[in-house]
Amino acid sequence: MSALKRLRLHDLHERLGARFAPFAGYEMPVQYPAGVMKEHLHARAAAGLFDVSHMGQVALRAPGGYEEAATAFEALNPAAALGLSEGRQRYGLLTNEAGGIIDDLMFANRGDHLFVIVNAACKEGDLAHMRAHLPAAVQVEEIGGRALLALQGPAAEAALARLLPGAAAMRFMDVAVMEWEGAELWLSRSGYTGEDGFEISVPEDRAEAFAEALLAMEEVLPIGLGARDSLRLEAGLCLYGHDIDMETSPVEAGLDWAIQKARRTGGARAGGFPGAARIHRELEEGPARRRVGLRPEGRAPMREGTPLFAAAEGGEPVGAVTSGGFGPSLEGPMAMGYIPAALAEPGTPLWGEVRGKRLPATVSPLPFRPSTYKR
Amino acid sequence: MKYTEDHEWLREEGGIVTVGITKHAAEQLGDVVFVDLPEVGAEVSKGDEIVVIESVKAASDILAPLDGEIVEVNEALAATPASVNEDPEGAAWFFRMKVKDASALSGFMDEAAYLEMVG
Repeated sequence: MSALKRLRLHDLHERLGARFAPFAGYEMPVQYPAGVMKEHLHARAAAGLFDVSHMGQVALRAPGGYEEAATAFEALNPAAALGLSEGRQRYGLLTNEAGGIIDDLMFANRGDHLFVIVNAACKEGDLAHMRAHLPAAVQVEEIGGRALLALQGPAAEAALARLLPGAAAMRFMDVAVMEWEGAELWLSRSGYTGEDGFEISVPEDRAEAFAEALLAMEEVLPIGLGARDSLRLEAGLCLYGHDIDMETSPVEAGLDWAIQKARRTGGARAGGFPGAARIHRELEEGPARRRVGLRPEGRAPMREGTPLFAAAEGGEPVGAVTSGGFGPSLEGPMAMGYIPAALAEPGTPLWGEVRGKRLPATVSPLPFRPSTYKR
Repeated sequence: MKYTEDHEWLREEGGIVTVGITKHAAEQLGDVVFVDLPEVGAEVSKGDEIVVIESVKAASDILAPLDGEIVEVNEALAATPASVNEDPEGAAWFFRMKVKDASALSGFMDEAAYLEMVG
């Protein structure tokens, strides 16, 4: 346990009654006294506050400003970074030469630089990868000293606007810099729950006061990592290291929407990112396997690793579950996994082997629950 | 009432032992969403994994505390798994077993010893 890092807000989480568990090298609050089920439902009904300060905040700066940083970043990422307007954010990926995924991330045009938020478990690797492969003129700066909070749910806008009136005018995937009691906050209107909401980078020395100001509001409850996982799974969002990894391609993962036209074959800046050959081929011909949603019948969850079969008896597994659990808002089990493309049509029956028994499931469209982003 | 180190409670009446999990265990598990129960009539040996409890977080096993035969399971848990959180030491018992040797029960902890164990 001694090697685990603590969040700056650890004491606050403790006071709130959090139960902690190790995740990506951090001692993270997994749940509060309300429990995963109530926390999940609260984030869908009102607003939930998440501490995601374990994630990496990185600035890419270049003498030529955003344009130069974005041009360089496109050599590592199949998403279009050029052409992203100032004050806007996009989902992106770091790909490897085999067309697999090194990490998934959010990046924004912050005017004079490109701002990136990466997964905690991948942070060190991403920084090394970017430093090794971006031109020397592009400075890769890991931003220290800032906490990252997420406020998610239908009441998030009203709650945040009490502290930051300007937040209400932001649209999905806008980013903005705002001041709160003298502290500079970096906001984006985005999240990992399928709900409308915000992610807010706060100077560490003001993070506790800011979190307490939100938690003092009736509609805001703290939400742990447990409910964060069930919320993102209902929203059909990938968890790096589980649903996507070094072997899965963005096309197999159903993330082709993240690859804009300009980066596809025939586009103005086609290719030029690691693994472009495989990714372009899969975009054109279709991948051999696909990530799909699964709704198991009955109530037994199909957890990560559950082998999937095309028949109730006999045959070899056709794939496996990569994330699975119980969806509090669905009131039933849900899972995601990879299966051959021929079986990926919604409605296709499959069987998952749970404790030696093959239980029926149906391929389901993702997300399991419609998202409520404020577009 | 007797208690196992695996946080089960055992209540014996006339050679039939009713088994459930303690309040402490239910709190640790979190919200229970599914309980996989054994078949009535199954012969079980001490230590067999005979019940699986799925919470929102993970799956946990319940072990047979003694050798014997399952004579009844709590069918109501299929429809109301959340009762494991609400009333773990009452309505949410898991199964009843006819034990081979009821005297073996004396080897388990009493309530005071169990409470001391969980602190």
